Amino acid sequence: MKRATCIEMIYPELEDKLVVTIMGACAQELYNLGHRDNFFYLQHAMGLASSIGMGLAMHQPDKKVVVLDGDGSVLMNMGGLATLARYRPPNLVHIIFDNGSLLSTGGFDTHTTEGITDLAAVASGAGIANVEAVDDTVPFGEAVIEAFERDATSVIVAKVEAVGPDAYGMDLALPENAFQFKRHIAGLA
Amino acid sequence: MTVSYDNSRAVYDGIKAAGVRSLSALPETWLGLLLQRAESDPEMKLVQVSREEEAIGVAAGAYFAGEPHILLMQNHGLFGAVNGIVSLAQLYHVPLCMLIAFRGHWGEPHPWHTRGGIVTEDILRALSIPFEHARDPAKVGQQIAEAWTFSQSALAPVALLLTRDLMEEV
Repeated sequence: MKRATCIEMIYPELEDKLVVTIMGACAQELYNLGHRDNFFYLQHAMGLASSIGMGLAMHQPDKKVVVLDGDGSVLMNMGGLATLARYRPPNLVHIIFDNGSLLSTGGFDTHTTEGITDLAAVASGAGIANVEAVDDTVPFGEAVIEAFERDATSVIVAKVEAVGPDAYGMDLALPENAFQFKRHIAGLA
Repeated sequence: MTVSYDNSRAVYDGIKAAGVRSLSALPETWLGLLLQRAESDPEMKLVQVSREEEAIGVAAGAYFAGEPHILLMQNHGLFGAVNGIVSLAQLYHVPLCMLIAFRGHWGEPHPWHTRGGIVTEDILRALSIPFEHARDPAKVGQQIAEAWTFSQSALAPVALLLTRDLMEEV
């Protein structure tokens, strides 16, 4: 299963949600489908996409917040899973694409490679009640639909191949992305 | 030395007078009474993080959501949050209003705090984070309001250092 395929599958469902992605391939694959003002791409500060998502979800309780995360980033902020479990904003869906690789920074194996560290078990152990681990597109789609409908914090760990887009680049300055995103949310009220 | 009950209240009242109803924090001794107030205040949302860098993400999320937010941390927590401050807040022009317990400085009896106290101001300067010291309970409310205002106008992190004079009583 490819992450790009997964993101393409859920792209139409993201239109009315607030979306935060991690850096690199994940951000690029979403952007390539068509940028929207409700997408925020965290192109650095690895690990903090999930924390941004939690801050958003707690203060925008009527909007579904979707975090598109990765194994390398989650490994940098495993404490964030515990914080998420403690406060469990019901409108947060945390999707972790696990390719076992630091793909965007050279393709080195992460600790999840060959199943060494099981991020779904980590999320469950942190105290998150709704955790799904999937490795094919149909179960992925079903897990996401359920998570979008569920009124509880959800984590989906999707095993994907360590491949990314052929080229990188966005016609979007980083502060511009932040200003747009904030303005979009202000306009929702 | 004990943490000042009255001055902790002055800081908390200053936070509320600034219009802030959302806090992130990693508990530490000087912040303890403040956080107890936050926990028992039904108007206040408090996120207790596992590590201070997380709070930079939470604060950014609150900012995007349009919710005024203040971060409470110890200076050693600031050190652990540096990449988040640089590569999220400063990179994306996200304001942060940080109230920082300034441990390890004048009068510090605990050896383990001293290196952190000695380098704190230089680290803030190296990061171009404007800072002031809060020493006087009569002025701390105004200082919090000013820190808040400046963070929002500059779209940048600012720090108010909560000193021993303010946070402890003899």
